[in-house]
Amino acid sequence: MIKRVVDFFGDEEYARQRRRLFYLVLILIVVADFVVSRQHAEYLWDRLPGWSAVYGFGSCVLLIFVSKFLGHRGGLMRREDYYD
Amino acid sequence: MTDFIHPALLFILGALPIPFLRGSIRKTYLLLIPALAVLVVLTMQPGSYGAARFIGQEILIAKVDKLSIVFATVFTIMALIGMVYALHLTRAGQHVAAFVYVGSALGVVFAGDYLTLYLFWEGMAFASAYLVFAQRGGPAIRAGFRYLMVHIAGGVALLGGVILHGLATGSLLFGPIEGVMGVGAYLILAGFLLNAAVPPLNAWLTDAYPEATVTGAVFMSAFTTKAAVYVLARAFPGTELLVWLGTVMALYGVIYAVLENDCRRLLAYHIVSQVGYMVAGVGIGTEMAVNGATGHAFAHILYKALLFMGAGAVISVTGRRKLTELGGLYKTMPLTVALYMIGAFAISAFPFFSGFVTKSMVVAAAGQDHRALVVLALTMASSGTFLHTGLKLPYYMFFGTDRKLEAREPPRNMLVAMGMAAVLCVAIGMFPQPLYALLPYPVDFEPYTGLHVTESLGVLMFTALGFVLFLRALDPENTISLDTDWFYRKGARYFMWLAEKPLARYEKAVSNVSETAALPFLHGAARAGLRIDLTGVDAVVNGVARSILRGGGALRRLQTGVVTHYALAMIVGVIAAVVVFAVAWR
Repeated sequence: MIKRVVDFFGDEEYARQRRRLFYLVLILIVVADFVVSRQHAEYLWDRLPGWSAVYGFGSCVLLIFVSKFLGHRGGLMRREDYYD
Repeated sequence: MTDFIHPALLFILGALPIPFLRGSIRKTYLLLIPALAVLVVLTMQPGSYGAARFIGQEILIAKVDKLSIVFATVFTIMALIGMVYALHLTRAGQHVAAFVYVGSALGVVFAGDYLTLYLFWEGMAFASAYLVFAQRGGPAIRAGFRYLMVHIAGGVALLGGVILHGLATGSLLFGPIEGVMGVGAYLILAGFLLNAAVPPLNAWLTDAYPEATVTGAVFMSAFTTKAAVYVLARAFPGTELLVWLGTVMALYGVIYAVLENDCRRLLAYHIVSQVGYMVAGVGIGTEMAVNGATGHAFAHILYKALLFMGAGAVISVTGRRKLTELGGLYKTMPLTVALYMIGAFAISAFPFFSGFVTKSMVVAAAGQDHRALVVLALTMASSGTFLHTGLKLPYYMFFGTDRKLEAREPPRNMLVAMGMAAVLCVAIGMFPQPLYALLPYPVDFEPYTGLHVTESLGVLMFTALGFVLFLRALDPENTISLDTDWFYRKGARYFMWLAEKPLARYEKAVSNVSETAALPFLHGAARAGLRIDLTGVDAVVNGVARSILRGGGALRRLQTGVVTHYALAMIVGVIAAVVVFAVAWR
């Protein structure tokens, strides 16, 4: 059972199914975000349905590119023998 | 003391017989002691134990309250899991070190005064350093020495702070530091922050943990930083500085994790990130925030150990640790993949996993305290956490390019240990009440609201979308990243260069000058002095001596031995004295 689940995420033959499932989940989350109660929302962004999706995606992209920028242009990434 | 068994003693004294036991007796013993310790902690009564006086100071070996019990509970559970994971090791050294390490961490957790705390604090540093040295090989030994040096430096700062603080307040009892913080309090804080791996004092962690043994790193990931979180929560709750340090380190860790190629170093950067939540929670200092920090430490120890165990399983099976050399292991290691992913979901705070109920308590506490920026930053760090430990690491380690590595599932004891941690990760996520009951303050927090669930899933799954779209940008690169250890790794080298090149040259120049100019001058001066001595001083001295000798001879000749001569001389003397007296008197 565990092996089948792991294989589903690894094997190439399930690639299409995986992608469909993934997009379905994304859509469901956004839809759900529109229907949940926002009575106790604290901040302005909490009251915007779909905000978390935008913020999650934005954070991810920002983190990748800021880090890689710091790594390549900022000189943080060095050859492995740098300290030798 | 009879009604209280110190669990630190169980481990530290319990370590002594390990080298003399063999086979299944040793294995049983290795599990028995942690199991006993779990029982001891669970049945512990709050109170103060082992009060005494030492060098005129009050000493309190063990102070038991809710805060210490919750940390001791997870420490002993973790010791049990870690021992199961390390059960296959045949050499006794690592077991002994692990026992002393766990015992010292428990000693810190119960310490009622700073001297006891300091003693166990150093015990942790030395015992854990052994777990790095035990890996052997040049890189590990060098990293072990750096680890030890940094921790000794931190220990010295702590000791200095303790002495100054003790002098200022008149007591060495360990408790909240109140009023204006003096130099002593700041030094204590610096010692604590070093062990909590707060940037810029973080690099020892990401330097040493990946070099430790597979089983040793599991212990290390659990104890040092969390013991530091405990002492921060004990002594510095509500310190504003900690809020910002914690928030910065939550992001610092995830930024470095993007660049990382070594699987355990990536996980180590996520310790920095996750401990950031706890440090920020302690800094906010409200009841809910301290609860959140404590609960998150509890959950973190279990899921981080699970992640380190997963990565360790891959390293011990394949012998490789770089993401650029791994891939395609899901076929041969499906159980490891599944167990690792439970840890990954827990650290990423997916609903029904432990991180969801603890991390969100810290974020909610920041929200209640009206710290919008902190909430946004910590949410961004959550996204980064899932990006790396939940997506990047497993993708490149288990899926991705198949490197055709020969692999199989790790030994059964390793899988069992991972299973134990995984069960706890899920159990805490689904039924948080028992954990909430352990926390230091009453808990009024409901993580499973519709909004919280959809928000969390939104952040996480759209992070996954970003990962899928920008996968190529995340490809690991065969590099290392500069961190603040640069200052002592390169800095020490520059210092040595300074000592060997310019300073040595200066010294040589100075000695050249002294040899070519100063020394001949001094020699000449000495010779001249000798000549003056021999010809001048000696001549004068000898002349005077000779004159006195001659005078003496003349005087001797004056001694005639005739009484009338002496009488005459006396009369002349008396007349002369009278004349002189008469003249002088006038």
